[in-house]
Amino acid sequence: MSLASTLDATFSALADPTRRAILSRLAKSEATVMELAKPFEMTQPAISQHLKVLEDAGLIVRRVDGTRRPRRLAKAGIEATDQWLAMLRKALEKNYDRLDDVLAGMEQHKRGEKR
Amino acid sequence: MTTKTMPSKTTSKMTLKTEGDIHIVVTRRFAAPPEAVYRAHTDPKLIQKWLLGPDGWTMPVCINQARPGGKFRYEWTNAKGSGFHITGEYVELQPYSRIVHVERMHLPDPTPDNRVETRFDPDGTGTMMTMRMTLPDAQTRAAMLATGMEHGMEASYVRLEGLI
Repeated sequence: MSLASTLDATFSALADPTRRAILSRLAKSEATVMELAKPFEMTQPAISQHLKVLEDAGLIVRRVDGTRRPRRLAKAGIEATDQWLAMLRKALEKNYDRLDDVLAGMEQHKRGEKR
Repeated sequence: MTTKTMPSKTTSKMTLKTEGDIHIVVTRRFAAPPEAVYRAHTDPKLIQKWLLGPDGWTMPVCINQARPGGKFRYEWTNAKGSGFHITGEYVELQPYSRIVHVERMHLPDPTPDNRVETRFDPDGTGTMMTMRMTLPDAQTRAAMLATGMEHGMEASYVRLEGLI
């Protein structure tokens, strides 16, 4: 898959709140379709459909354990430290740019220049 | 003082580095003196104005007891109704130079405690802030990415720009 179509698949997979919730659940531990169906109050086919989208996007993988097929997060998918650090960096840069404005406002207030 | 002493507004002045496998160190210079930067980190009314992450998020609840042993609780929400919160306790407060606290995110289950040390050192007429935190474990990182996907997508686009 090309980079662009990989990204498309990733973003469509993540656009759905149920699928994001499934990822959040799988971040804690692996789980089977049956184990996921219960807390999400969905039928197993509906859960399977969501899992297929996540799997196609490379975000989760399945493991064979006897008759069980537990799913877990794909290491190369969203577990990468780099991606998390990029998210943190972006959020902090936004915060500190806003803090610059807050500090400028405090200074102005102190000098009694506030209108 | 005139505005010409203010540094230009670029985001490149922040640094973020990993230290070994377990720490993240962030530095950022501010034009204001340490007292002001410290206050902006401990006064709830000021915190609510800037500690918001990506565009579109607000902090409707900001409780902050800035004293050793004091607790804080920050709740964020966005227009789509997503939300999460952080709770924490202050370990040490040295006005206006150093804050040590522990915090955890609730996603909604609490993540392991993260100990964060923030230092405010005078730097000319401004402040050099240094924040040292622990890198969350892989499970916590994945849960954060899955919860705040607006961040993750933004970050991915940034990385993509770097590739082109």
